[in-house]
Amino acid sequence: MNASVNWTGYKTIVRKEVVRILRIWAQTVVPPAITMTLYFIVFGNLIGRRIGEMGGFDYMQFIVPGLIMMSVITSSYGNMVSSFFGAKFGRHIEELLISPLPNWVILAGYVTGALARGMMVGAVVMVISLFFTRVEVQHPLVMVSVLLLTSIVFAMAGMVNAIFANKFDDIAIVPTFILTPLTYLGGVFYSISLLPDFWQKISAFNPILYMVNGFRYGILGVSDVPIAWAYAIILAFGVILASLCLWLLHRGIGMRS
Amino acid sequence: MNALEVNNLKKTYANGVQALKGISLNIKDGDFFAFLGPNGAGKSTLIGIISSLVNASSGEVKVFGTSVQTSRSKAMSHIGLVPQELNFNQFEKPLEIIVNQAGYYGIDRKTALHRAEKYLRQLQLWDQHDKISRMLSGGMKRRLMIARAMVNEPRLLILDEPTAGVDIEIRRSMWEFIREINENGTTVLLTTHYLEEAEELCRNIAIIDHGEIIQNTDMKTLLGSLDVETVILDVREPLSTAPQIDDMKLHLRDPFTLEVSLPKEKSLNALFSSLDNERISVLSMRNKANRLEELFLRLVDSGSTT
Repeated sequence: MNASVNWTGYKTIVRKEVVRILRIWAQTVVPPAITMTLYFIVFGNLIGRRIGEMGGFDYMQFIVPGLIMMSVITSSYGNMVSSFFGAKFGRHIEELLISPLPNWVILAGYVTGALARGMMVGAVVMVISLFFTRVEVQHPLVMVSVLLLTSIVFAMAGMVNAIFANKFDDIAIVPTFILTPLTYLGGVFYSISLLPDFWQKISAFNPILYMVNGFRYGILGVSDVPIAWAYAIILAFGVILASLCLWLLHRGIGMRS
Repeated sequence: MNALEVNNLKKTYANGVQALKGISLNIKDGDFFAFLGPNGAGKSTLIGIISSLVNASSGEVKVFGTSVQTSRSKAMSHIGLVPQELNFNQFEKPLEIIVNQAGYYGIDRKTALHRAEKYLRQLQLWDQHDKISRMLSGGMKRRLMIARAMVNEPRLLILDEPTAGVDIEIRRSMWEFIREINENGTTVLLTTHYLEEAEELCRNIAIIDHGEIIQNTDMKTLLGSLDVETVILDVREPLSTAPQIDDMKLHLRDPFTLEVSLPKEKSLNALFSSLDNERISVLSMRNKANRLEELFLRLVDSGSTT
């Protein structure tokens, strides 16, 4: 297949995804904005005042990177899993499966769509945070790269979930029982230095800890983990998930008989 | 070059069902080909393999000389598929659906919009182009799938029961559209349960039953092999028994309806003359089934009894 066919196909998938996100904006962009506003008010403002400083920052400032990252992770994952599973359930994924597009273009198109929603939501939450506190971005390149890479990783994780899901219940299991606990325990609301040694060691196995701290380093310049480790973990998950997605698409699991 | 070559194709599903038992088939470029068979015979499995939605267990399918198994992308660029089940996003608008499909084939947006309008107009759907697809009638949804399949201007158009559930008027307009596409050079592979449709449109035919091709010939030869035609006669006066006429089988369906199996060499004049001798007055006459339907049932029945 020539590159122009792939490029047009890729743009078409991305455009379709973005149109979908904007068409159902009340489901895609508004809920995280409301949830994060509540987090800022309740945790940051009301409770945060009593907590005082964390990691050398005002508590409200400390949770800003974590809350942005949490909304980006949830939105990227949620977009991919709902859109891809919806296409599978409604059988319109067949439009792509019978087309000449190679699997990597299909994956790239859907991941970019999920990335677009992640970035939209991330930008909205960042703007909301400005109503509550002020932060100076310390390492813009680190902030942007960690955010983009994390969004891509969770978009691909969403595709794996969507491929194996057989009913709508199946796409709620992973976010409820795995993603949410790992995110809450991933240092969004606290520094792991507050934990006893044993729990610090356990926390080191949580990949979201590295993503949240990598992003926090980008914004505030502080991190509970070495930044190189954060990149290594994100990239490793990225490579593993990309390979898994391509293999699943190639085998047509859940899509081709 | 053949538009489609199927070589010793086998498919066994994970549940052990052997849907295709090594079928081979060639369809010439420009042909209008009927692929018929009873439910569960293997038609949709074959179409699924040609369109890469089903993985073959063994054998090979080539579309215009390109193997679906080894060069999927190139082979798919030649195909347009109208599946049996609705498979578009019912929350999108017809124009969006068609333009997006064009994009998947690498067609730029401007050309895609132009083609989408052209095919929606030809299929009398342009008035609906901006409505949510879920709101379209069943016939409109089927026509939308045809317009979508045409947007990449395929060399091989596969129609899997395209007129199922469509009223006769729309069905005939769809026939005209498909016939015109074929006259313009597109090879058409049609499966249908309306045998009148296949007889009307197709030049060549294959019949599949229990995963095996039981007939593969041209329509004229197949219809020529029909040695008996069955007609239904409505008579003026009630009959108590069916009359006996040489070389013909007459069966009384009810006192006013006679079913006659007429050998090919016998003329209708001979039948009417014999009925006249019996003082039976005929009010009207119709075919019990169309010719292809009679042959189809006979072939499938003989296949299931052997």
